[in-house]
Amino acid sequence: MRRDLAFWLSAVALGVILVSAVFAERLAPYGPNEQDILKRLQPPDPAAHVLGTDEVGRDILSRLIYGARISLLVGVIAVGLSCPLGVLVGLVAGYSGRRVDSVLMHVTDIQLAIPTILLAIAVVAVLGPGLPNVILTLSVTGWTLYARLVRGETLAVKTRDFVQAARANGAGDARIMARHVLPNVISPVIVVAVFAVANMIVLEATLSFLGLGVEPSVVTWGRMLNGGRLYLRTAWWLTAFPGLAIFVTVLAVNLLGDHLRDWLDPRLRGSLGSAQV
Amino acid sequence: MAVGVSLVVFGLVHLSGDPVLLMVSSDAPADVIATTRHELGFDRPLHAQFTDYVARAARGDLGVSLRSSLPVAALIRDRLPATVELTVAALLIAVAIAIPAGIVSAVKRGSALDRLAMVGAVAGQAVPIFWLALLLIAFFGVYLRWFPVFGRGSLAHLVLPAVSLSTVILGRLARLVRGSMLEVLGQDYVRTARAKGVGEVRVLAGHALKNAAIPIVTLLGLQFAQLLGGAVVTETIFAWPGIGRLVVEAIFNRDFPVVQGVVLVVSLIFVAVNLLVDLAYAALDPRIRTEAA
Repeated sequence: MRRDLAFWLSAVALGVILVSAVFAERLAPYGPNEQDILKRLQPPDPAAHVLGTDEVGRDILSRLIYGARISLLVGVIAVGLSCPLGVLVGLVAGYSGRRVDSVLMHVTDIQLAIPTILLAIAVVAVLGPGLPNVILTLSVTGWTLYARLVRGETLAVKTRDFVQAARANGAGDARIMARHVLPNVISPVIVVAVFAVANMIVLEATLSFLGLGVEPSVVTWGRMLNGGRLYLRTAWWLTAFPGLAIFVTVLAVNLLGDHLRDWLDPRLRGSLGSAQV
Repeated sequence: MAVGVSLVVFGLVHLSGDPVLLMVSSDAPADVIATTRHELGFDRPLHAQFTDYVARAARGDLGVSLRSSLPVAALIRDRLPATVELTVAALLIAVAIAIPAGIVSAVKRGSALDRLAMVGAVAGQAVPIFWLALLLIAFFGVYLRWFPVFGRGSLAHLVLPAVSLSTVILGRLARLVRGSMLEVLGQDYVRTARAKGVGEVRVLAGHALKNAAIPIVTLLGLQFAQLLGGAVVTETIFAWPGIGRLVVEAIFNRDFPVVQGVVLVVSLIFVAVNLLVDLAYAALDPRIRTEAA
């Protein structure tokens, strides 16, 4: 019952954020970069600026709505790129075994030894800031988790009778991996991918917060927080609302991930973690 | 592993462009650039440069900072104690809160206390560390004025950064302790201990927690990288003079030898911690000692 409530609350929260992101132009009362210097640092006021204004008079609510677009976009695309790459590496390593497995897992372990955020800031520093580079950076840092997971599952699945039967029928390695192994290892991957969306959202916000994210003209929750930290003493709303937006989004994605994990495979309960940077 | 990590960071630095152009002034004549390149060995083949880098790194020579001209190893040596102090303090805070919370949740399963602890753990996993840090600064530093919010010095300086950083692993650790304890509390040896009249505290600490320790220690080892990564953000926010702040400053200054050195050292620390975790298994579980022998 409680889990169902958590699921529905998360679904509604994510639904609201998703609709805000898609229909930002219609829903936001102001433009994301529309300035009104005479109304700078206005506290939240339901009659004018519901969540207040920032240091150059931009509407916080409007910027949050537009910021949702970047956060979700970055999270989903980064997972969309890193997940297939990791799955492919894990499948090939687990199925091929021996030298290929050893080489691929060594590469994976090397990357896993470098803290994600440190690798991300090093890569983005090399590539330079900007939306495509941030997405590429997050994808580069995110594939190892899937590779490790899929490799382990593949090792178990490839010895099963139906795989042997397919091989006896003359099926090639690529066909066996795609048609027989992959469908049997994909459930935990889906769960990890959901958690990873939350991870990517936090990672993007962290990069933006450190000033290494997307271009200054693009609104992101992390960049809003970075701007607001200078006004902690005088304007709490500059940091409270963007942080709350990240928190609610990540919490909702994590709770959905928990629910999905229990639904797809209750045996996995507790073995696949939620997002964290 | 160390050579592999070196290769990654070496590759990253060379992907960023010609290091010599970062060292000389933008209007330097071509012959000055060529001389500098030759003096620093950047005109040699990449594999020779890499072999040389690894050989020098093995001797503790991580190159020279492009910005300050100081040896990178010395810069890291100066800043590393602050990072160790912060991460160890955060680890202790996380363990001190998560282990009792996880045990109480498992023992009082389904109670209001269990629900409260687990809601806290789930929420804790979702809080972005940099936001929590700002909230702590605003409330305990600016509003209540209980703790200093910038720099390193007294124990009071350590409180807010360490508490912020501890949340990186606290929620996940509490959930894992609860899960592991629930599994162990249902085992026969726990029932036997209770039947023999062993006190509850001794049953939990001596029998249950000891047997639940392996997944907990594994998580601590794996999450240590997250803690070191989290230190990058925490140190930047609290102006904590550790290697996390050093690397962020180096990135903004495009001081790649420093970036390279810090990534290498942090990765080696992570590998060493996980080696210690492997050794801890044997200490925690006599069966592993027997198998190893």
